[in-house]
Amino acid sequence: MMTTQAPGVVLHNFYIYNPTYGPKEGQEHKKVLFFYPPSVNLDHQIRTIGLSEAVVQFADEFSPSKPCESVHTQKTRQIYLNPEPDFWIVMTIQIPATFKTEDGKTVAEYHEEDVQDIVYQAVLEQAYTMFKFFMGSFVDIINKFSVEELKNRLSHFFSKYLSTLRLNQSDILDIQNGIQFLPLDKNTYLRIQCFINLVEASFQQIKYTAFLYNDQLVWSGLEQDDMRTLYKYLTTSLFPSLLDTEESSSKGTHGSSHFGKFVKGPKDVKDTNSFIQIPSIYIHSATKTDVYHLVVYRALSATVCLMVDGGAVPSRDWFHKIDSFLGPQLSRLASDIAEQYANRKLSGGSQDYKFVYFNHMNLAQKTTVHSKKTAAVTISPEILRLIADINADFSKWDEDGEALMRTWTDWWVVGKKSDQREFYVAINQKNANLIEINEEVKKMCASHFTNIFFLD
Amino acid sequence: MADEELRHYIQLSPKPTRFEPTSKAVNVFYDEVRKQIFTVKANGSGGVTVKGPDESTSTSFIMEDKGQVISIKFSPDLKILAIQRSQRSVEFVNFFKKEDLVEYSQICKGKTHKIIGFNWTNKNEVVFVTDHGLELYQVLPEKKTLKSVKNISLNINWFVFMADSFLLITSSTPFGNVLTPFQFRMGTIFKLPKFDVDLPGIPKQALTKPCLLERDVTIANIYGILYVVVLQHQPRGPISKGAEIVLYQLQKESPAKKTDILKLNMTGRFAVNVLDNLVVVHHQASKTSMIFDIKLTAGSLGAVNQHEPVLAPLPIRPVKLKVSGIPTAQGLEMREIKVELYSPNWAVFQPNIVIDAKLGCLWTVHLKLEALVAMIPDKVRLIDFLLYRRDSKKVILSVIQSALAPGQQMNLETIARIFDKFNQVCKSHLDYEQQSNVQAVEGATRPMPVFFNGGRILIQQPDLYTHVLSPCAENKDIPYKFIVAVLVEYIRSLNQYQIPVQHFLYELVINTLVHHNCFYQLHQFLQYHVLSDSKPIACLLLSLESCYPPAHQLALDMLKRVSTANEEIVEVLLSKNQLLAALRFLRSVGGADNASARKFLEAAQNVGEPMLFYTVFKFFEQRNLRLRGNPQFMSGEHCEKYVKHFESLFGFDALGQVS
Repeated sequence: MMTTQAPGVVLHNFYIYNPTYGPKEGQEHKKVLFFYPPSVNLDHQIRTIGLSEAVVQFADEFSPSKPCESVHTQKTRQIYLNPEPDFWIVMTIQIPATFKTEDGKTVAEYHEEDVQDIVYQAVLEQAYTMFKFFMGSFVDIINKFSVEELKNRLSHFFSKYLSTLRLNQSDILDIQNGIQFLPLDKNTYLRIQCFINLVEASFQQIKYTAFLYNDQLVWSGLEQDDMRTLYKYLTTSLFPSLLDTEESSSKGTHGSSHFGKFVKGPKDVKDTNSFIQIPSIYIHSATKTDVYHLVVYRALSATVCLMVDGGAVPSRDWFHKIDSFLGPQLSRLASDIAEQYANRKLSGGSQDYKFVYFNHMNLAQKTTVHSKKTAAVTISPEILRLIADINADFSKWDEDGEALMRTWTDWWVVGKKSDQREFYVAINQKNANLIEINEEVKKMCASHFTNIFFLD
Repeated sequence: MADEELRHYIQLSPKPTRFEPTSKAVNVFYDEVRKQIFTVKANGSGGVTVKGPDESTSTSFIMEDKGQVISIKFSPDLKILAIQRSQRSVEFVNFFKKEDLVEYSQICKGKTHKIIGFNWTNKNEVVFVTDHGLELYQVLPEKKTLKSVKNISLNINWFVFMADSFLLITSSTPFGNVLTPFQFRMGTIFKLPKFDVDLPGIPKQALTKPCLLERDVTIANIYGILYVVVLQHQPRGPISKGAEIVLYQLQKESPAKKTDILKLNMTGRFAVNVLDNLVVVHHQASKTSMIFDIKLTAGSLGAVNQHEPVLAPLPIRPVKLKVSGIPTAQGLEMREIKVELYSPNWAVFQPNIVIDAKLGCLWTVHLKLEALVAMIPDKVRLIDFLLYRRDSKKVILSVIQSALAPGQQMNLETIARIFDKFNQVCKSHLDYEQQSNVQAVEGATRPMPVFFNGGRILIQQPDLYTHVLSPCAENKDIPYKFIVAVLVEYIRSLNQYQIPVQHFLYELVINTLVHHNCFYQLHQFLQYHVLSDSKPIACLLLSLESCYPPAHQLALDMLKRVSTANEEIVEVLLSKNQLLAALRFLRSVGGADNASARKFLEAAQNVGEPMLFYTVFKFFEQRNLRLRGNPQFMSGEHCEKYVKHFESLFGFDALGQVS
């Protein structure tokens, strides 16, 4: 007998359509706004979309208030999202399988439980939010430009974005979609605050500012949901890309006395020939959509995101002023934080348990399940899935609660929910019984949550 | 008019003390000690009028004409009058009995000695300064004699006296530049080490007569420290232009130390006042005055600080005087005349007196702080200057007020530095208070010295809140972002100086953010404990829940950290009908024993879920059992109604039984 493990969770296809665009026969191709992989021929695309349309309509018969969310088949899982009226995004994932060869015949065994709806719904939702943040909402683009422009933008954005998706590593963190905050003493925090206020007061074009240290947020002038998206972009896309290109702790633009430089902005402030290309972002509120230029500036490990008034791209002179204003001050702040950070790191130490914490109110997230350096997981996927399952249960339930589970492998997984906070611990203790584990977690909460109202 | 007002920073008191001007028959004397002006007509036979700062120090009387009066002074308690009419003696008159105006006299020692002057050094104590030394006498008014107490021999050219600290400084040696300070205390004379005043720029051969003159030397108390203020007319070397004032700081154990030089950049006749710790120098030729502040940062030349004037020299604000003019049917018509400023008839006395004997006017000199504000463009320096002034609080607050006003906002950096200045003073004040508290505990009580915070004005949180921050926050023309930035800057500064922030500032931050729907910003502030925990802030947060739901969690967290707010937490949970959470919380903090069962049962009944009611009821039955060995409620707990309700729901048998 031979067993082969298929590659884990793989994206099968990803498409966006609007069923109202080609209602007549022969015009079905108009419905297609984006299709991945592009190698699929149009005929097949139309048929795939047609099937999805049918599924959506069929589900609508039974549940008119809540549209279709997912379709389970033996080999695939389809996730549906209806982000704007009549627009549908569908993501199809291949179910991982193991292949056994028995008596010369290959039998596939599909692991349906490895793909959790709640995780991939979050992934899909995130994909749409990211598009909206950088490109604008579907409806806005069409109203302002055309369907053609929407197609261009979808293609431009998603062809890159999909390649960065790491579906294999999607887990509870994607569901929570939280923000990690930098623990900082009050005085340093106030200094950063005052620094930001000074920047915004000195450069009136800057409407909002965000301040990060490494991958941790210190301050956001943006509203929470927008910050969530920007944070996701910075920590999963922009910052990792820097690591490759950046010679760490190099001085800024040559000859300057500080460490500051633009990450999104002119590559070299002094080079008058280079073209300045910076992303736009779309901030949606109930009544309007505002467009801003996103300028990102970094000194050592500190990053400042400047949301600049969305008119003309600021002049080179402006960037020059920003550089000489931010550079020295940000460098100083960054090294002061680093000092504090170094002192803090010494405390802590190893733990014989792993946890994930999330607060819905401020999106604060902490995890020891995921290693910071490698982004690799320190516990088995099975346990991670268990956490996601408990989370799914909690989300259906308004009240506080807790769940204790035990795996085959002698791990205990405990989930707790108090008001808007969730706390998941995985403990590996052989022969421990429920009562002992309960006591253990109680102790943990008592020592970790002295500063917050967390009922155990 | 307004412009005119801004061209002067020194002014004279609007209501001068008026007296009869000097003439052939009228002599005028001023006593710095009692601040009295004496008008002596016909050597006293025509009457002596005394005008002091108020009624009690003013009087008039007639005395016999016994010759020209040289000097006339009351004793500190105004009971004895001393009159000098000759170079050899001083006469005394008891003034506590009106009828008894018989004079008694004291002749100085040594037949050839001359009295240069005399001064009261205590209630019944007088010192004669002769050209050969000091003679201290005790006056015995009942016996109408004086008793010699102490004599010091010393050749003396002239002397200056400072009333407030009973300090006398004499000039000796042929050139007059050796000064010896004496202090009078407890009926005796303390001689301090003598010191030389440099006489730079004067050629050795010119040193034939006294080069340091009485009119160029004064004693001043500046920032609580005694200085000898010496005017030096001669330029120091060929490069420097103009006269200088040199400050010698008096020391207890060693000769006075040259510490500061004030550059006058002009030559001619000067007169010096000391006003609110500023040295005010009047220059006659240019008819201007200038001010020096030795606390403002200065350049230094070795150990000596060099100071430029705080501002360019400007004239004293013009004053008018009403004088009687032509006689008319109604009497003498009053008319206004312009007073000639910097007149040759002016005499300047310490600390801030200007007398024009020909006009018959005594003014006090004052600073116009409001006018100064516009003249010092560097606002940080301005605040530095103002903090050291006595009555500057209002002006300081108006400066910072206008700094935040729409259209003329200062940049945040400047505001930050100004806040730091304020808090630096507050911090030293706090430290001092703490120190004196410790001492008070130890039993050593010490009066608070005037200059414990460097003589600076305290600008504290309530001042800024009431006069500046709160009005600004209400001003719709000021962008809220700027207000918040200023508030955060102030909180940062307070924290940096470890001054506890008062909760009304936090409330102002919260209210400003809430009014502009900046809940997420507020949330982040709380997350980093920028707004410190307190019950009032927690309650304020609770009230915000309806417009910002996360405020509920923030409030609960804060109450938990306050740690004395367990009752409040239970109330909050009960108000949200989270009964089980409330019970669990009670249990976790061990508060169940004293909890009011009635309150919980009432809340449980109101929710209307039988199972919830059951759980709550059983929780308290178990508590009763644990406390008293009996599940029943005590009659004092008033739970009968709920016991009945329980029975009606679950039957009598479900009630806890005594085992």
